[in-house]
Amino acid sequence: MPLSEFLARRLLQLIPTLIFILIVVFVLVRLLPGDPTSAILGDRALDADVERINRQLGLDQPIIVQFWLFVKSVFSGDLGNSIVLKLPVTTLIAQRLPTTILLTVMAALIALIMAVPLAFVAALQREKLADASIRGAFQVGLSMPVFYLGLILLTVFGARLQWFPVGGYGDGFLDHLYHLFLPSLTLALSLSAILMRNLRAAIIGVLDAEYVSFAHAKGLAPRLILTRHVLRNALISTVTIFGLSIGTLLSGAVITETVFAIPGAGRLMVDSIYGRDYPVVQGMTLALAVLVSVTFLLTDILQAWLDPRVAR
Amino acid sequence: MTDTVLSVRNLTTSFRSAAGPLTAVNDVSFDVRQGEVMGLVGESGSGKSVTLRSIMRLLPRGAQIGGTVTWAGQDLLKLSDAGIRAVRGGQISMIFQEPMTALNPVLPIRIQITENLRAHTDLDANGRAARARELLDIVGIPDAARRLDEFPHQFSGGMRQRAMIAIALASNPRLLLADEPTTALDVTIQDQILNLILDLRDEFGMSVVFVTHDLGVVAATCDRMAVMYAGRIVETGTVADVFARPNHAYTRGLLGSVPQAGAERSMLLSIEGTPPGLAAIPPGCAFNPRCTFAGDTCRTTRPELTSLGPDRSVACHHNDAVVQAGSPVA
Repeated sequence: MPLSEFLARRLLQLIPTLIFILIVVFVLVRLLPGDPTSAILGDRALDADVERINRQLGLDQPIIVQFWLFVKSVFSGDLGNSIVLKLPVTTLIAQRLPTTILLTVMAALIALIMAVPLAFVAALQREKLADASIRGAFQVGLSMPVFYLGLILLTVFGARLQWFPVGGYGDGFLDHLYHLFLPSLTLALSLSAILMRNLRAAIIGVLDAEYVSFAHAKGLAPRLILTRHVLRNALISTVTIFGLSIGTLLSGAVITETVFAIPGAGRLMVDSIYGRDYPVVQGMTLALAVLVSVTFLLTDILQAWLDPRVAR
Repeated sequence: MTDTVLSVRNLTTSFRSAAGPLTAVNDVSFDVRQGEVMGLVGESGSGKSVTLRSIMRLLPRGAQIGGTVTWAGQDLLKLSDAGIRAVRGGQISMIFQEPMTALNPVLPIRIQITENLRAHTDLDANGRAARARELLDIVGIPDAARRLDEFPHQFSGGMRQRAMIAIALASNPRLLLADEPTTALDVTIQDQILNLILDLRDEFGMSVVFVTHDLGVVAATCDRMAVMYAGRIVETGTVADVFARPNHAYTRGLLGSVPQAGAERSMLLSIEGTPPGLAAIPPGCAFNPRCTFAGDTCRTTRPELTSLGPDRSVACHHNDAVVQAGSPVA
C-alpha cells in the first residue's frame, strides 16, 4: 500500500523540521533580554564571578561551539538544570508537560463531541431556526476571551454550584480528569466554535455533491448516506483545521492554567520567563515544538487515512 | 405494440426563488416502453435533467413536483420515502454525467457497489463480493478482483463511467435513467460506453431514458425521442421520423447544427441567441425570439403539443412550413 510509503516519507520530513526547531530555540533564547549569568548572580556581581559562571555555563565559547554543545546534550537527553528550581529540566518537563497534554487532549475531545453533532444539525437545518441558534451560541463562545470565559465557568460551576473544584490538579488519574474538566471546557468552547463552523460549511458543500445524489439514486438510507458518504468527506478539511488548532490550544493552555491554578507546562513556562530561567525556557520551547510537530504528523496520517488521494 | 413500463403525465417541477417559483419542467408527458431507448434532447437549461431527477425525486428540498409518474402500477411521486428508496437503485437506476464527481472519492469501488446490493438484495457478504466481481466483468473492467479495492481516482475516465454503470446495474434494474453519460468522455470512449449501454439493454431487457444534447448520440442509440425547450416537450417521434421530417423549427435548427461526416460541404445552420432563463420565458412560443419561421401568433399564443399520428406530436404553429423547408440531415 502507498500508505506505508507515505508514512515513511512523512517521518523523514520530520528530520529537517527538528533540526530547524533546534536552531530556532537556540537562537531565540539568546535573543531574550538579559542573560543567565546576571540572573544567577544579580545586578551587583563582581567581574571575576561573572567570568567564572560564564565559563561554567560554556557562555565564553564561540556561538558555533555553544550550538554544538547544545545539540550534543539534547541528543544525550540532557537539557541542563533549572537555575531557579535547581532541578534537571528533563525532570521538570516530565512533571509538567503530561498535565498540559491531558488538558489539551480533553479540550480537543470535548470540542469534537460538541462540534460534530451540532454541525450536522446546523447543516441539515440550513438557514432555519436550529441553524441560526447553534451558530449564534457558538459565536458568543468564540468572541469571549478565554480568561473571561474561564472565570465565568469558575464562578458558576466552581464557586456557586460547587460541582467542580476551583483549581488545582488533584491526585490520581480520575481526580485529574475531574479537576481538568472546567479548564478543558473553557479551552474547548472557542475551538468547538471554529470546528463547528468549518464542519457545517464542509457538510453543506458535500451535501450538494453529485456523489451524494448518486448515493440517494442507489436507494440508500439517509443515515447511511450521512455517516458513510457525507461525514468522511466533510471531515477531510476539518481535520486540517483541527490539527492546526492544537498548536493554538497548547499556547492557550498558558492562560487557562493560570486562571485555574493548574501546575502545567504553560505556567512553568511563564514563571521561567519571568525568572530568566533560560535552560527551562529553552527545554520547554523545544518540548512544545516537538509536540506540535508530532501533532501535525498525526493530523497528516489521519487525513491520509480519510482521503486515499492524499497518500500517493 | 410493446408494453409501457413508465408513464409520465403532466410532470411539472418548480423551484422556489426570491422572485417567486421558477418552473424548470412544465407539463411534460411521455411513455417509456419495455426494452426501448427513449431520448430526451435539448440544450442545457431545457429541463431534461430536471425531468429525469423529478422521476426519481432526486431534487433539492424546496422543489415542487406535480403530475404523475406511473411505474409498476404506482405513482412514484406519491410513494413514501421508504417506498421510493426501494425503487431507486433497485428497480430504476440512474447514471450521471460526470463519473469523477458522481463516485465518492474516498470509498473503494467495492463498497460503492456492495452498498447497493446490501440495500436491494438478500445476498450475504460473499454473495455480494462475487456479484461485484461479476458486475465489473459485465461492464468490461479487466482484472476485477484487484480493481474492486481501488478508488475512483485510480480509474481512467472511461473506466470510471463503466464502474458507475456497474453500480447502477447491481440490482438488475428494469429501467436505466442516463443523464448525459457520455458527455464528459473522449469520442472513442463515448462510443464504447454507448455500445455497452445498448448491449446491456439487449441482454437484460432494460428500458433506458437517455438524456443528451448530442443528436449524434441520439441517432446512434435511441428508438424514440422527445425534444425539450424551455421546460416543455416541443416535438416527439421515432428517431427516424424526426430526423427525416422535423416538424418544429427548434428541432430543425438542432439537426442543422450537427456537422456530418462524409456529407457534401455545406453551411452549418446555427440557432441564433441562447435559450431563455427560467425567469424570462417569452410569451407565446418560448422559441419565437430565435425562430426564423415565427409570425405574430407565435409571439402571443403558445402552441399546444398536437398529435400528428401514433408516436408523433409537435408544438409549432408553422410546422407545415418547417416540414416544407426540409430536414437538414435528410
